[in-house]
Amino acid sequence: MSKQTETAGPILEIDNLSISFFTRVREIPAVMDFSVQVQPGEAVGLVGESGCGKSTVALGVMRDLGANGRIVGGTVRFKGRDMATLDPEELRDVRGNEIAMIYQEPMASLNPAMRVGQQLTEVPMIHEGISQADARTRALEVIRDVKLPDPERILNAYPHQLSGGQQQRIVIAMALMSKPSLLILDEPTTALDVTVEAAVVNLVKDLGRKYGTAMLFISHNLGLVLETCDRICVMYSGEAVETGSIHDVFDQMHHPYTQALFRSIPLPGADKNARPLVAIPGNFPLPHERPPGCNFGPRCDYFQPGLCDRDAPVPMEPVEGFERHQTRCLRNTEIDWSAPLHPPVQTEKPAQGPVVLKMEKVKKYYEVAANVLFGKARETKLVKANESLSFEAHEGETLAIVGESGCGKSTFAKLLMGLETVTDGSIQLDGRNIEHTPIEARNTQDVADIQMVFQNPFDTLNPSMTVGRQILRALEVFGHGTSDDERMDEMLRLLDLVKLPREFATRMPRQLSGGQKQRVGIARAFAGGARIVVADEPVSALDVSVQAAVTDLLMDIQRKHKTTLLFISHDLSIVRYLSDRVMVMYLGHVVELGTTDQVFAPPYHPYTEALLSAVPIADTHVEKKHIVLEGDVPSALNPPSGCPFQTRCHWKSKVSGGLCESQVPPSRHLAEGHEIKCHLSDEQLANMDAVIKTAAE
Amino acid sequence: MGRFILRRMGVMVLTALCLTLIVFFMTNLAPNLEKLAKTQGNFRMSDEEVTTYLADHGYAQPMLVKYGQWLGFLPGYVIEGTDGLTRAKCQGGAEPVETTPTFCGVLQGDWGTSTVIKKDVGVVIADKLALTGKLMFWVLVLMVPSALLIGILAGMREGSRTDRALSTVSITTSATPEYVSGVLLIAVFASSAVGLKWFKGTATSAMDTATFENFFLPVLTISLYGVGYIARMTRASMAEVMTSQYIRTARLKGVSFPNIVVKHALRNALIAPFTVIMLQFPWLLNGVVIVETLFNYKGFGWAMVLAASNNDIELLLGISVVSVIVVLVTQAISDIGYVYLNPRISVT
Amino acid sequence: MTDPLGWGAILGQITLLFTPTLIALVVTFVVSILYKRKLGLYGKLFDSTIGMIGLGLVLFWVYTALFAGVFDLIATHGALDQSVSMKKKPPGTPYSKLIGTPPPGAGPYYLLGGDNLGRDVFSRMIAGSIKVILIAPFATIFAFMVGVTLGLPAGYYGGKFDTVLSFIANLVMAFPVILLFYLLVTPEIIHTGLPVYMAGILFIFPIVFLSVLWQSRYRTQPAKRNLYLAVTLIFGGWLYLGIAWDADPLGLVRFPPNLLVVFVAVVFVNAPTVFRIVRGLVLDIKTRDYVAAAQTRGEGPWYIMLWEILPNARGPLLVDFCLRVGYTTILLGTLGFFGLGLESESADWGKMIIDGRKLLSANILHIAIPPALALLSLVLGLNFLADGLREESLKD
Repeated sequence: MSKQTETAGPILEIDNLSISFFTRVREIPAVMDFSVQVQPGEAVGLVGESGCGKSTVALGVMRDLGANGRIVGGTVRFKGRDMATLDPEELRDVRGNEIAMIYQEPMASLNPAMRVGQQLTEVPMIHEGISQADARTRALEVIRDVKLPDPERILNAYPHQLSGGQQQRIVIAMALMSKPSLLILDEPTTALDVTVEAAVVNLVKDLGRKYGTAMLFISHNLGLVLETCDRICVMYSGEAVETGSIHDVFDQMHHPYTQALFRSIPLPGADKNARPLVAIPGNFPLPHERPPGCNFGPRCDYFQPGLCDRDAPVPMEPVEGFERHQTRCLRNTEIDWSAPLHPPVQTEKPAQGPVVLKMEKVKKYYEVAANVLFGKARETKLVKANESLSFEAHEGETLAIVGESGCGKSTFAKLLMGLETVTDGSIQLDGRNIEHTPIEARNTQDVADIQMVFQNPFDTLNPSMTVGRQILRALEVFGHGTSDDERMDEMLRLLDLVKLPREFATRMPRQLSGGQKQRVGIARAFAGGARIVVADEPVSALDVSVQAAVTDLLMDIQRKHKTTLLFISHDLSIVRYLSDRVMVMYLGHVVELGTTDQVFAPPYHPYTEALLSAVPIADTHVEKKHIVLEGDVPSALNPPSGCPFQTRCHWKSKVSGGLCESQVPPSRHLAEGHEIKCHLSDEQLANMDAVIKTAAE
Repeated sequence: MGRFILRRMGVMVLTALCLTLIVFFMTNLAPNLEKLAKTQGNFRMSDEEVTTYLADHGYAQPMLVKYGQWLGFLPGYVIEGTDGLTRAKCQGGAEPVETTPTFCGVLQGDWGTSTVIKKDVGVVIADKLALTGKLMFWVLVLMVPSALLIGILAGMREGSRTDRALSTVSITTSATPEYVSGVLLIAVFASSAVGLKWFKGTATSAMDTATFENFFLPVLTISLYGVGYIARMTRASMAEVMTSQYIRTARLKGVSFPNIVVKHALRNALIAPFTVIMLQFPWLLNGVVIVETLFNYKGFGWAMVLAASNNDIELLLGISVVSVIVVLVTQAISDIGYVYLNPRISVT
Repeated sequence: MTDPLGWGAILGQITLLFTPTLIALVVTFVVSILYKRKLGLYGKLFDSTIGMIGLGLVLFWVYTALFAGVFDLIATHGALDQSVSMKKKPPGTPYSKLIGTPPPGAGPYYLLGGDNLGRDVFSRMIAGSIKVILIAPFATIFAFMVGVTLGLPAGYYGGKFDTVLSFIANLVMAFPVILLFYLLVTPEIIHTGLPVYMAGILFIFPIVFLSVLWQSRYRTQPAKRNLYLAVTLIFGGWLYLGIAWDADPLGLVRFPPNLLVVFVAVVFVNAPTVFRIVRGLVLDIKTRDYVAAAQTRGEGPWYIMLWEILPNARGPLLVDFCLRVGYTTILLGTLGFFGLGLESESADWGKMIIDGRKLLSANILHIAIPPALALLSLVLGLNFLADGLREESLKD
């Protein structure tokens, strides 16, 4: 196609773009003085935390800002044409034809009432006026390109009949139908599981190369951007703070925010005791509460009063000695960018304590109705949510439980908390069996001992009760103190513990940021002096800079109280950073269990291997083996026969006799404390390569 | 699917049984029977006369026995009265008691006799349903298209001037009870005080031959309420669909606005109103009662008021059964229709 | 004999009579707008035109009922006073009385004319508002108590309990409302005492509701709990005996049996719908993490239902409450329309409409139109108010 080649200059040129949203009360500037260029065939990453304006830039390019948004300054040039001069007709012609967009939630961005085929063929039919039959041929071709099996069937399917990964591939296919010259991807993989994400990212990279499409890749994940992009633009609070080539920015950053961002994400080598993360102090400013001068000033380590808080915009300036590398820092030339920030506070690794929790061969099966509306009433299916779970947890230890959605993590948490009782097996707390004691029957001490921190900060606090009341209630229930005054003191002490100001006691949850809510959740969990805390993805919904602070806090409290932390996560970087031992789960089975070092080094279980390879790492020195898993996680309603992982396993062909399909592998003891459920021979396991290699600096 | 319908039928029969039992209980309370005796006999009956009247006509039997007889589950009574006449429940007109069948209840297809209209309940209900059906048909013809149109136009561009105007209109009509709108409409369009004598203030003549002049006001009165309600639902649903991600996808694919509305939004936006329209039927029934009373149109609703105010037990029971069937059948249709309209729920 | 008033004079007089209401209305609006940022959702209502119109209409009738009912202002004649010479007289006719002496304080005109019995339409319209403002909100509150107390556990526990309750709710909703009224609200049924038994059941819900509320909240502090429970049971029990059974030992609280029937019927019709709404909301909210957090804390189910779930369902419930008060007003009118419930003499908008309707064909509009417009404006106000609330609560 000719669209990609007809112009010589940059495909997209954004100059000093400013976008504001207008509400009844005030104008809220969302993007200020933003400039970026995308050359043909180039992939530019736009990185920043939520609320920094990165998605607004994308919508500004598409000129789709809704009723309240307006471009208040600057220009957007697409192939040299100023987008502001296009009339609605011309604009429609550009949309979907020359610029296509891929969105965060594939399910939401496909029309549920239209067949996939119709949604795909519509694009070239509108823009190129080709016939239905031709459009269909093209659709089949593109579907093959996005590596979906059985294209004919897919074209006739409705979106809900496809899995999340397949839906995202359809959205990508839809974007490619008219072979656009620019592709805007807005967090395209955030809603997907890690292994599915890896496959989609790979696909996008390959297709970008194949079609020669330029890409604007919006993400909050530095690792993903490293894997996909040539250039990067870091945004903070509505402004671009640093742009440059991936290698320049990753290895020789010239903005304090970029630097702080990298210091707050767990990279290989970070360790909670020896090399802890450094959280960015303070909070992200709200759009109408931005400080004078440099937006990052109040949170910056290099802040200089009088210079950085002067009420004048900070200009974007080129970094000397680099090509197309710019930063928005007044002290750019003064700061020694290679110097380590502070000597990190090191802590001793505590000795292993006694066993407090022991699970043995725990099984949990559910019966669910097979069909909700039209099925036979008696027909039920057995869901095996947990299958012979066995492990021990020691006092003061962090045990990570790793797996993707549907692996049985939540069921495990419910069993432990007593919200459900086991089908078979035993759970021992301090040597006493509690597996058949539901939470109503547990005594106050047992309930207070095992507490939970939840994933979604927006859901973890009751929106209509003040923060103080919620903590007080926990204290009341756990029988703390005898008078209201005593509990009030304890509540304020708990706020101190989670490093929140005492005034927060009278605030409503909606007045708090995500990280602050999560801290309240932690305070509430520790109200009864919990000894075992189940943390269900406590930081995955938070922004990178806040993640580190909340993780830190958890570690800190754990060290002080010798708490046993059961850390549920799908993010292997953070697991590697903070856990002592790791348990990998897949479809209700524990496929691997061992110390962190054992699990993160070969021999791996094939699933662990794939997970490790899937996690994007924001470090240019790291080399990863690429293992792309086929397909999606099977449904727990309909698990595969034999080994649960056999449908996606790369190593399956190495096991003879179809053992993987017929038998669930036994748990094998590889080393002291290292167990694995796999049919591979000892020899094959011993010959596995490491997935992550750090290149010599 | 078959099982689904069977289960629904089961629920329907159970509901009808419970409901008729309640109606039976309420209408057979002593003061109500006394009222019945007096309206059937004469108003100056003494207490003893009332007792004998009730005993002679089988009303003095235990409640559950009477209910069983109505159902056709127990043999109908044969009572030799104090006046020497022998009366049987299953007696049809003047035929002798000896030849009457033993059972004559709902199970045998006999719905009893209306004490007010002096006809078979089955016949009365069939007549009245036909009349009300005619009314309902025109109501639907007027109401559904206009409601959907208003809702779609309003929801298409949320917050626009059209939206505000149409929304206010639909709130207003859905907040106006039929007896208020009916009175206002009659005052404006049918009385000489305002001067617009366009329509007739009564619809009695529409029972035989419905014309625009004598039928439009009752139809409009019932429709107005429904129009507002359905339009509000449609607007909400349309507005929600228009802000959804897939509409943005379509917009950014370069689909033109009319095409977005027609091809992408409409089907999704109509799922919710469909359910609402179906569930609107029981409501319409209510409006029908008021409007038929107001316009003197002797249909189902009018019969209900007549039966209820005269404690016409068997007619009331028949009417209750019909209402239950209407309510539950529309519910079932709305459930099934929802599934077919909404591709997200798979039918197996 | 004075001359009849023209329309301008009639409107002027009516406005003058409404002065107290209008003053109260203006004061309320000025104060609310001044402090609207501090008044939460109520304050936000003043950002929405439709919400303000709604609130204005509702408050208009509330204040009118208040001034007319408590201070005996606004109305110019007794609602039941008849005058043969005033039968069907047009608006603005000067007041005269053929037989007997006019009651003291009677106004000089029938501002909106006389009805078919020679009563003042304007005064009856005002008297009607007192009745509506007294019954509709309270009946709705009771319907909510019943619906909430049953809907919470039905949604939270599900299972058999839910199936049975939902079946009963559907059963009541399958009844044509008017048939239900005809069965419940007739003098014959009142004779049987059935409505009193129903009242006995329905009115116990608020006491149960409050008791459970305190028990679940203060179970860890028995002293506080016992205090609250005692107060609730003593006061609630006293009111309950008086209202439902007319058996107040002190003889202070009683409820006219006529009104009680209407009350019960309206609660009975509304409660199943509230039940369904609450149940649906609970099904949604119970999946939230804060509910799980309460469960893992070992909270009892009623604490979770009443203190974790219910407060977070308040938005939709508040909107529904406004709509439902409007609907209850319509139902009260419907009762009057069919001549059920209240004694035939009393001023009741529905009753006035049906009385006036018969004269529409004789071109006498002034009897039916005023109550119709009054009812319409109140219901409309409640609907606008609900819409404003919904719109504002959805914002930020």
